[in-house]
Amino acid sequence: MTTNDYLQLGLYLVVLVLLVKPLGAYMALVFADAPNRVTRIGGPAERTLYRVAGINPEEDMSWKRYALAMLAFNIAGLLLVYLLQRVQQWLPLNPQGFGAVSADSAMNTAISFATNTNWQGYGGESTMSYLTQMLGLGVQNFLSAATGIAVLIALIRGFVRRNARGVGNFWVDMTRSTLYVLLPLALILALVLVSQGVPQNFKPYENVPLLQPTTQTETVKDATGNAMKDAAGKDVTKEMPVIEQSLPLGPAASQIAIKQLGTNGGGYYNANSAHPFENPTPLSDFLEMLALLLIPAALCYTFGRMVGDRRQGWALLATMLVIFVPLLLVCTAAEQAGNPALTHLGVDQLASTVQAGGNMEGKEVRFGIVNSTLWATATTAVSNGSVNAMHDSFTPLGGMVPMWLMQLGEVIFGGVGSGLYGLLAFAVVAVFIAGLMVGRTPEYLGKKIEAYEMKMASLGVLIPCALVVVGTAIAVMAPAGLAGIANPGIHGFSEVLYALSSASNNNGSAFAGLSANTPFYNTLLGICMFLARFPLAIGMLAMAGSLAAKKHVPLSAGTLPTHTPLFIALLAITVIVIGALTFLPALALGPIAEHLTTFGH
Amino acid sequence: MAKLLRQSVAILVLLTALTGVVYPLLVTGIAQVVFPRAANGSLIERHGKPLGSELIGQAFTDPKYFWSRPSATSPFPDNSTSSSGSNLGPTNSALTDAVKQRIEALRAADPGNTEPVPVDLITASGSGLDPHISPAAAIYQMARVVRVRGISPEQVKAMIAQASAGRQLGLLGEPRVNVLQLNLLLDGR
Repeated sequence: MTTNDYLQLGLYLVVLVLLVKPLGAYMALVFADAPNRVTRIGGPAERTLYRVAGINPEEDMSWKRYALAMLAFNIAGLLLVYLLQRVQQWLPLNPQGFGAVSADSAMNTAISFATNTNWQGYGGESTMSYLTQMLGLGVQNFLSAATGIAVLIALIRGFVRRNARGVGNFWVDMTRSTLYVLLPLALILALVLVSQGVPQNFKPYENVPLLQPTTQTETVKDATGNAMKDAAGKDVTKEMPVIEQSLPLGPAASQIAIKQLGTNGGGYYNANSAHPFENPTPLSDFLEMLALLLIPAALCYTFGRMVGDRRQGWALLATMLVIFVPLLLVCTAAEQAGNPALTHLGVDQLASTVQAGGNMEGKEVRFGIVNSTLWATATTAVSNGSVNAMHDSFTPLGGMVPMWLMQLGEVIFGGVGSGLYGLLAFAVVAVFIAGLMVGRTPEYLGKKIEAYEMKMASLGVLIPCALVVVGTAIAVMAPAGLAGIANPGIHGFSEVLYALSSASNNNGSAFAGLSANTPFYNTLLGICMFLARFPLAIGMLAMAGSLAAKKHVPLSAGTLPTHTPLFIALLAITVIVIGALTFLPALALGPIAEHLTTFGH
Repeated sequence: MAKLLRQSVAILVLLTALTGVVYPLLVTGIAQVVFPRAANGSLIERHGKPLGSELIGQAFTDPKYFWSRPSATSPFPDNSTSSSGSNLGPTNSALTDAVKQRIEALRAADPGNTEPVPVDLITASGSGLDPHISPAAAIYQMARVVRVRGISPEQVKAMIAQASAGRQLGLLGEPRVNVLQLNLLLDGR
């Protein structure tokens, strides 16, 4: 790694940590129960929305009602996205005249966007009309993120409240996330992205001439539209001239801003943020990467403020960084080392002042190695899943880092809201383990952790693990699952394992060689995405309800402090041990085997 | 339950209008006024006619041009309506075969050149539309373009410099050369 590599990584981490406190403190005001200077500003707009929708913002919901509202709202959103895709051919704002999306693909995409996964089985610029992108996908980018934040806030209230029946109001938490947090940040980011060259318009695709025309091979068709065959039974082909390029435009910047901020990750274009229109410059790249981690990191501070002990929030953020930074360095070193299979062919992969060097297959020159690996690590630590380089073409160890980060349960930053409630589930497990060691009833933040909380926390930890392992087993046993594999041998298994890890942790990135837009994968991955999101969120709300009803346990000499380096280490080890024990066998069959067989000697 | 469903649909419609209509229209409105060129595809225009986008790469195979990075889009390279990487794994023999062919093509177009080939010039980009090559890849191809065009190396060097960009803000990203801009300069357009 070069000095500039370290500078770029360092700058990123410093700017991120500097923004945690201001944004975190702001969000603590947004979600405070009592009116304050922030919620007064948006008060009139907020109250209008509630009045028109027939919502009583004063209603304090039980955890069950909160969960029902969350489910009803998300399923309504899911159906809207599905419907829009199925009827887009009859709706306006479809200048390219795209037809209806197939039923299995539309359902997969609807689940994908409603669950904040944003797995993409489709290619945006060749499938979705402008209207579908805006009203369907763009809206879910906001609302699925707002849902994640709402569930987290309810869980925090569970820790804060004493002998209480309610955990808050879902409509208020969700609406405030959208109005006060996501919309303003997205508006600013979208405009900065346009300034860097991300398109934002409603024009049809722009045709421009090619400086050097090229040709494409087309099959010749007869009058009935069937491919003509030659004497040997092969399709007759001819070379057709290509003299133009059709530039895909549309309202891209507004959608890309929120797909980064809301840990969504579904690209406007097929190549996602590797596409020069989606991510034109190093500055746009830096800001998109910052937007990835911004809200999940700041929510740690919000958490600390709301539970009345900021050290608790910093401890969780420190746990995330302790796991994130070493993995980032591993990934960068692996990619910068390059592909040994190319060295003896006469390829120069050494970093110098005139090239980034390293493993450049699937990467963009403007990002080089370090911005590609930083993105890959950040996007899988957070359950974002957008990419600015093709993970399928990473070296075995470089590709294992993003895969394992997803398998850790998307709690190292994780999704907006969902990452922190996932990590809180791990924290509950960690204090329980510590309690077992010394034979005391475990407590966390002044609340006794008992059998009910442990059950819910364990469910939260185990559901994604089980989905990954069982789903991968099904896919590699089914002929339809094997049919989608693109790369031969060990790497093909990695593609399947990556896909299931991504869907079952609501990430959405892919080893994209896998042909996943098939009825088999659309269905399997759709089920995984759904089960990873909603049962887990309901489990956390159940835990919130149970915690809120409890009384406060005063601190005593025997209480395990949960803001110390000791606890940070304990929590990090809990996350890593569960992730390692569950997935080491599968990883050994995939990236580790691939590394040892080819790179190891 | 009926009340919850009614509230769900109502707030969904309202927030859809806000985040799905008002928000993108507001961004479009501001963007079209403040950044009209960037908001419409960053077109390179001469006499009012577009010659391409400075952000979207084009494929070149003619020895008189600088070549872009290989592109894995189908059915032809640098197809801007179908962005995609190759997704070839690092140990896939199809990757090494493709790299061998690309090196052979480069050497065939420039027989005297036995330098090691800069890695970005023989690996497919992530988008298949990468508009840039590394400065190393431009230096590697310079002798060929100079010979085929019969112009002085200094002229070509100056054009490379004109089509180059350093790290943004002196720190971010990597130095790069815009291939379409460079080739347009060579053609005097």
